[in-house]
Amino acid sequence: MQENKSFGAKALEFIRNNIVPILFIIICAFCIPLSGFTPSYLLNEIVTRMGRNIFLILCLLIPIMAGMGLNFAMTLGAMAGEIALIFVSDWQIWGIPGVVLAMILQIPFSILLGLLCGSILNRAKGREMITSYIISFFMNGLYQLVVLFMMGSIIPIKHFSVKLPRGYGIRNTVSLLNMRQCLDNLLAVNIKGVKIPVLTFLIIGVLCLFIIWFRKTKLGQDMRAVGQDMEVARAAGINVEHTRLISIVISTVMAGFGMIIYLQNMGNIATYSSHSQIGMFCIAALLVGGASVDKASIGNVFLGVILFHTMFIVAPRAGAAITGDSMIGEYFRVFCSYGVITIALVMYETKKRRSQNRTAQELARAAAEETAKEAAK
Amino acid sequence: MSNAPLLEMRNIQKDFFGNQVLTDINLTLREGEVLGLCGENGAGKSTLMKILFGMDVIRETGGFGGEILLNGEKVEFATPFEALAAGIGMVHQEFSLIPGFTATENILLNREPQKHSVLSEVFGERLNTLNRKEMDVRSAAAIERMGVHIDADMTISSMPVGHKQFTEIARELSKEQLKLLILDEPTAVLTEKEAEALLESIRNMSKRGIAIIFITHRLHEILAVCNKVVVMRDGRVVQDVPAAETSVSEITRNMVGRSVETGGNTREVRDVSGLRTMMSIRKLWVDMPSELVRGVDLDIKEGEILGIGGLAGQGKLGIPNGIMGMYEAGGTVILDGEEIPLGHPRKCLDASMAFVSEDRRGVGLLLDESLEWNVSFAAMQIQNKYLKKLFGGLFTWRNERAIREVTEKYVDELAIKCTSTKQKAKELSGGNQQKICLAKAFALEPKFLFASEPTRGIDVGAKALVLEALRKFNRESGVTVVMISSELEELRSICDRIAIVSGGRISGILPATASSEEFGMLMVSQVV
Amino acid sequence: MLEKKDNNFNSPSKLNDELKSTITPAAAPSKLQMREMGPLRAMAASFGLPRLIIASFLLLMFIVAPFVGNDFWTQISNVINRFSWNAILVLAMVPMIHSGCGLNFGLPLGIISGLLGATLSIELGFTGPGSFLAAIAIATPIAIVLGGGYGWLLNRIKGGEMMIATYVGFSSVSFMCMMWLLLPYHSPTMVWGFAGKGLRTTISLEGFYSEVLANFLAIRVGENFKIPTGTLLFIALMAFLMWAFLHTKTGTAMTAVGSNPTFAKAAGVNVDRMRLLSVVISTWLGALGILVYEQGFGFIQLYNAPFYMALPTVSAILIGGASVNKASIANVVIGTFLFQGMVTMTPTVMNSVIHMDMSEVIRVIVSQGMILYALTRKTEGGGR
Repeated sequence: MQENKSFGAKALEFIRNNIVPILFIIICAFCIPLSGFTPSYLLNEIVTRMGRNIFLILCLLIPIMAGMGLNFAMTLGAMAGEIALIFVSDWQIWGIPGVVLAMILQIPFSILLGLLCGSILNRAKGREMITSYIISFFMNGLYQLVVLFMMGSIIPIKHFSVKLPRGYGIRNTVSLLNMRQCLDNLLAVNIKGVKIPVLTFLIIGVLCLFIIWFRKTKLGQDMRAVGQDMEVARAAGINVEHTRLISIVISTVMAGFGMIIYLQNMGNIATYSSHSQIGMFCIAALLVGGASVDKASIGNVFLGVILFHTMFIVAPRAGAAITGDSMIGEYFRVFCSYGVITIALVMYETKKRRSQNRTAQELARAAAEETAKEAAK
Repeated sequence: MSNAPLLEMRNIQKDFFGNQVLTDINLTLREGEVLGLCGENGAGKSTLMKILFGMDVIRETGGFGGEILLNGEKVEFATPFEALAAGIGMVHQEFSLIPGFTATENILLNREPQKHSVLSEVFGERLNTLNRKEMDVRSAAAIERMGVHIDADMTISSMPVGHKQFTEIARELSKEQLKLLILDEPTAVLTEKEAEALLESIRNMSKRGIAIIFITHRLHEILAVCNKVVVMRDGRVVQDVPAAETSVSEITRNMVGRSVETGGNTREVRDVSGLRTMMSIRKLWVDMPSELVRGVDLDIKEGEILGIGGLAGQGKLGIPNGIMGMYEAGGTVILDGEEIPLGHPRKCLDASMAFVSEDRRGVGLLLDESLEWNVSFAAMQIQNKYLKKLFGGLFTWRNERAIREVTEKYVDELAIKCTSTKQKAKELSGGNQQKICLAKAFALEPKFLFASEPTRGIDVGAKALVLEALRKFNRESGVTVVMISSELEELRSICDRIAIVSGGRISGILPATASSEEFGMLMVSQVV
Repeated sequence: MLEKKDNNFNSPSKLNDELKSTITPAAAPSKLQMREMGPLRAMAASFGLPRLIIASFLLLMFIVAPFVGNDFWTQISNVINRFSWNAILVLAMVPMIHSGCGLNFGLPLGIISGLLGATLSIELGFTGPGSFLAAIAIATPIAIVLGGGYGWLLNRIKGGEMMIATYVGFSSVSFMCMMWLLLPYHSPTMVWGFAGKGLRTTISLEGFYSEVLANFLAIRVGENFKIPTGTLLFIALMAFLMWAFLHTKTGTAMTAVGSNPTFAKAAGVNVDRMRLLSVVISTWLGALGILVYEQGFGFIQLYNAPFYMALPTVSAILIGGASVNKASIANVVIGTFLFQGMVTMTPTVMNSVIHMDMSEVIRVIVSQGMILYALTRKTEGGGR
């Protein structure tokens, strides 16, 4: 019965399983001509944004593998990265050494935050997503407490370009001009006006290889097991809590690296807002790439970044072209980000229930058939 | 090599807080021997296996008495993992498989052969990569030892049930140290052919020197593969003989027969054959997980107490749950000449039926609410009792006083121990919670009552009170009662007739005075 | 194929059954003993440590305030006013918690209904107190329709309500951001002056329903002390109605659905319909709540303003002692008072004491911490 599925049914199923990417391709195809950008400009922008964002998005893969859903608390890693960069710029260490130092420096911070987050999530099994979402807000409060009040007063911060004039707290924007795009520019190749940040892509490539390799390790296997059925994994002797904890820590540390790559590309830190939206945009991009709450691949990340950011670039101009108001496009792209997450969450939950129902239906049918046979006798 | 048996259990005792469930169990098992363990549900088989396997439940409830010897040495397992290490494997009734993994991955779950790498030297063992080739070899070997072929690369979720079962067995066999394998009702989910294959594989394993404890309700299977048979009843071993020297009927008799025929026979049993049919059930099927009903035809007479008995998993619980709309069901149910639509709890309640669920905490009670709410809720929702009308019927208001009065009435009548009617249901003991469930049903003043396992998990004293309350309700209010219970003796003590369910069908109806053997034969007649 | 046991869906229940049948008689009394053992600790637990801490913190604020030069009565007046703005919004949490839909992170949907009511009422030319009534009248059908759709969605995704509610809220707010620009509003008090279209981010309610409730029977003492009697009465009325509703047959059924949906189903209650009803009521109260908030505040805030209104409201009711599946009117009153007290008192007092405005940070930490605390607590009872 399953083999004889008609082509139409197959196509329908393909569309249903990939509704989000298809929707985005349509939106992009519609908006690109309207925006009036030149292909080379568009390509340049997309390549830049890929280099900027992919690393951050990749960090979401591991918690999904461990069955903890979308890690909204990846902002914690972003905060760790920012704190590290603040220190580095206070010490006025610039360029590649600054970036490397910041990367090393953020590791202990994000491990600490990851441990905290992971242990909270272990206490909220079954509602990891909403909890990680709230954790990101909660930690944002603590982050502000540290950066706005403790830095300069308790934690030594010296340099005037970093510190607020009142003597404590960090400025709203910390300029990273002296390390701006230093990773991207190293080994950069320019092809027909499109700048390709080779080193950044190399780093991303290494990370992809790491993830592929990681899936093959014992730990990766344990994570997949825990992600699919905690109780069975526990019965087989896998330390479930510890495995989940590690997955969050790895994700947080990777988010820290990702944030540093992101900020060196941007060239400045918006101290109090850089991290707050990053989680949402990364998650939206991943979902646009066709990932779901319980399944995501590296391919989803790349496709998602390209589609999502194309939409992001062209929406304001396209919106302005249609309505004459550029704000429409701004709001539209925010709406798309939220909408796509909503759709993905709804699809995940309904799928979960559908699969339960299917088992029940099968049983009922078997029983009914038997009854019918019985009646025929 | 010493001559000590592989496994010896001596004088095993176990009580759950004063409730004796195992008394003086002695078992011996030699290498390569297959032991068939049978008994009714609640006879203590599972508890015994949990003790042997070192399950947490046992320790948490105060440990056990007696000793276990493995190869002549006394052992004590603090966790199942220690039991595993000592060579005991168990295939549980519930599957313990990762759905998205292949058979190979499941067979070697958490015991995967690994390759070291530079990174694992630095960051620890868990970063070793899996040695897929070696995994394939080992799982193939385990499947080979089992003697039943399954596809090692197929994911569990796309496997037929039988193969899931074989995957579990292969997992146990892949453990090099395995000496003793416990199979807990492994054939229940298998088709005829698969079951046959499993029996063959049991013989194979036994030839290789693995001892097996085989728990099943299918008695002919026991006679087919086992070297010896142990029958348990009420926490005691009542029969321990070589399989060649016994028969299905003897085993059955031992499973259900009580040493002394209590109460049942001396009691006057009403003859109900002349009474009007109150409810007639035709071709009922119910999709209740693990209690599938496949086609039940049953007539229930007005004013009788009908018992429904049978082994667990055979579908007796499915009958009331299906009729009352808790699970998907089909067929026809006619009450008093009117057809009751299935799948609508409301319609059943409207037709003056009531249901005491076997799942007290999950279905029967609002644990976080007061006793008053628990008792009055259904009657309030269905029959608009305990309500006041305000502003000429614009609002229907809870009448707290009427609610309190009715609750107090039942608290008195059923001798429910509580501090006040405002106490929360979760704070009551099991027996008193059960009485609250009864009170809830009584408050509906039904003409037809389903009581599903009304005495499950409550102590002896409370049991007697609950049964007495049901009997009184039947006798004094003339309510037709259908009581479902896995304890035959209990059914015999209050019912007029007892229907036995086997394989999702009614295998027979006998007066309560019939002998244990007759009931026993019905119980195992169509077991699936 | 007969699947007597299948991993996916019946093993937990079976396992539970088995465990229950063997351990329940023993476990039940031991649990009872545990309860009897520490009545004092149980009392402390029922009041809740976080609530205790916040209450004492607020008390400390009140004590310290006069010493650091803040006028005590001004402070009290501020707290009462803030309370009166927010109480209905917090009350909107109650029905959904009661029916087991969890914390209503989708409150923005209700707020949007309210905003539509408010703007349409002005657009249609209502002024003065009449505009308030008109706003309610217009918001009501919108809230019922939106709430109905939202409830339908939540019924399809039982178990994942809170996360999806959050994003339904966000999506609808961002969708409305576009709509505020695109809908053909013309009233000169609301649209951008230079473009002649598109609503402003903030719209003054002067001349419409600014303080209509607050000024009703208002008690004024001197310059700085004013009690918005009308608003408080209105809140009392709504709270009473909610309390009364929970005492009706339908309200009782709703509570039972939240407490144990299987029990309710077995007792013949239509679980989905009860949940839908609770979502509609919650959404409508959200709409009403934002209107009351606006009349106190004196402005309509559009665009991104509703984004983060759900979180403080959720944490307010949690501070009041509610949990993910239990809430009462008392929780609403206590919670709103404590939360708003904290929000209003900390900036002034903090500023006076240490000359640092840490209030925003403290507010975020306390409110999010409170939600986290509630989420990580084990939910008791319930037959899921």
